[in-house]
Amino acid sequence: MKYVDEFRQHTLAKQLAAAIRQAADEERQYHLMEFCGGHTHAIFRYGVQDLMPDNVKFVHGPGCPVCVLPIGRIDEAIHLVEVHDVILCTYGDLLRVPASGRKSLIKVKAAGGDVRMVYSTQDALKIARENPDREVVFFAIGFETTTPPSAVALQQAKAEGLKNFSLFCNHVLTPAAIQNILESPEVRELGSVSIHGFFGPSHVSSIIGSRPYEFFAEEFQRPVVIAGFEPLDVMQSALMLIRQLNEGRFEVENEYTRVVSREGNQKAQSLVADTFELRRSFEWRGLGLVPYSALKIKKAYEELDAENRFTIPVSQAKDVKGCECPAILRGAKRPTDCKLFGTVCTPENPMGSCMVSSEGACAAYWSYGRFRQPAQQSA
Amino acid sequence: MSAVVKRFPLRLDTKGARVDMTHGSGGRAMAQLIEELFLKHFDNELLRQGNDQAAFDVSAGRMVMSVDGHVISPLFFPGGDIGSLAVHGTLNDVAMSGARPLYLSAGFILEEGFPLADLDRIVASMGRAASEAGVPVVTGDTKVVEKGKGDGVFITTTGIGVVPEGIEISGDRARPGDKIIVSGSIGDHGVAIMSSRENLEFETTIESDSAALHKLVDKMVETAPGIHCLRDPTRGGLATTLNELAMQSGIGMRLLESEIPMKAAVTSACELLGLDPLYVANEGKLICICSPEDAERLLPIMQADPLGRDSQIIGTVVEDEHHFVQMETLFGGSRVVDWLSGEQLPRIC
Repeated sequence: MKYVDEFRQHTLAKQLAAAIRQAADEERQYHLMEFCGGHTHAIFRYGVQDLMPDNVKFVHGPGCPVCVLPIGRIDEAIHLVEVHDVILCTYGDLLRVPASGRKSLIKVKAAGGDVRMVYSTQDALKIARENPDREVVFFAIGFETTTPPSAVALQQAKAEGLKNFSLFCNHVLTPAAIQNILESPEVRELGSVSIHGFFGPSHVSSIIGSRPYEFFAEEFQRPVVIAGFEPLDVMQSALMLIRQLNEGRFEVENEYTRVVSREGNQKAQSLVADTFELRRSFEWRGLGLVPYSALKIKKAYEELDAENRFTIPVSQAKDVKGCECPAILRGAKRPTDCKLFGTVCTPENPMGSCMVSSEGACAAYWSYGRFRQPAQQSA
Repeated sequence: MSAVVKRFPLRLDTKGARVDMTHGSGGRAMAQLIEELFLKHFDNELLRQGNDQAAFDVSAGRMVMSVDGHVISPLFFPGGDIGSLAVHGTLNDVAMSGARPLYLSAGFILEEGFPLADLDRIVASMGRAASEAGVPVVTGDTKVVEKGKGDGVFITTTGIGVVPEGIEISGDRARPGDKIIVSGSIGDHGVAIMSSRENLEFETTIESDSAALHKLVDKMVETAPGIHCLRDPTRGGLATTLNELAMQSGIGMRLLESEIPMKAAVTSACELLGLDPLYVANEGKLICICSPEDAERLLPIMQADPLGRDSQIIGTVVEDEHHFVQMETLFGGSRVVDWLSGEQLPRIC
């Protein structure tokens, strides 16, 4: 595989770091939110913050699909397994997310529930074909990047007449969430959180293009740079954001030109449009109910909608007391501000979702960045 | 009457037959399985005595003993199989004390319905690995469980060995200033396993590094009897093993990512699967912690051995009350290299 090391070169990183130091105005602060957990992970894994001047800070956003999924949705998935006795197919990250009553999918599996870890929607379809006498549900989760494979699965299942397959849809939308963060009281009125610019998630934009961000860059006067996930991408994008801020521009720029275009992948978009439609509102952990921020399965495919096929009681589960995941997801707090961080909440025993996925801010802090706060750790 | 009565008139069918419950019942079928399959591949004097135990003389000195259960899936993978792995894994655990392994035992849990042809292949591979290592399997056990209660075959091996005089290798002996050596490229075993998983098949040229390291260790302790720690970074990979040692010795470590040997194919596969090679398993590598002087002496000796050809000094032991393993990244930043949490992949050994 080519182009792995090319975007991680030390010498280029040094040059970029020097350019950023030169561009950053010492008199001002640059708080740049990386919306996506993929960026959070890269920043920590490669130690990118170490190469930044003190006044350029990364604010970690809510772009980790596992992190923003409310506890209630996991409860509902558990209900499908325990009550409806389905084979639940899910991506690995989701297994360890804590649900109500100290349950999680991995514990349900250990207790005999048929929960299977898959790597793609195709694996789930295969399981459905091989188990015609069992109901097979795919736990669909993720931002715009993972929606097209779900769309394909729906079309395939329909074409094949696969009667025992359905999809539990939890697909969410990025632009609506970013807009919600910018409209939150912390950012708008209280001014307690300052976010000066955004790194746009590049894999999402490989599908939706860069255009959907143009509205709020303009409306909220915040520059957006669509950034690739390699550490050099992140640094180059930081430099582009700093330059925009210095020049008073609020534009959508594209650093990830090797993949992303303004219009995105139109074939994928039409696939998604064929199978999914907007949900009026969807609950996000940390953001609450966000209007038009998620997708549901269209009527034409309703027989493949798990929410339609099974009666699932709506769970009103609350987060664990003291867990700061919601504020962390909005960028209003840092993981180390949470009392549970590193005390009762660790990757081995996560209390909140941000500690589960490697894309979660808490897990990234814990795994890669703890040494920056040794005093708090020993306390 | 003829004096020669064949014990088993019909030979064991290792082509088409399968394991059934009689193979574990202690009766004639089990005796035949032992004689025509296990004894055939493991043949040695102690085993041939046919006792329930192996009796042998012991030399003076310190003995070590280690046990390892093997439940890997799939059973056959590029570069090895559960049989060779079961021999190498235990030999390495014994050798990481600086000991010379002497004898092995092997316990088999077979699942009803398991093809005897596969069992034959696995035991042959075990026999080969043991004879190459010069360490015989001198006692064993076979049990059969009902279909659905096992996964083909599980193998548990125990090894014993003797530590040469004056060698004091232990995980709690790392001291600030010590150098950390790794004996070659990391992550090969884990990636080879993944590439042959049913639901994850991808093409790679990577083979498991599964190998017995005791002869390399022999040369190392001869060159530098003062080695502080040796450990093989199996499950949890390099990162987890270094954290174990840091915790045990009460020290911290500073690594240089640029010095950690890694094959390009492993890096690529890990990139594709979202894994970190530092946490991917190895079955033929060791970590050595020793004084800087010993490191200078050891490196050429290790590099001259095929199993240590790519040996590198990857870091230094430092004082750190938090026992963190930190790494200067290729990129120029630094990060903590933490314990593995959860599991990257189940059943890799």
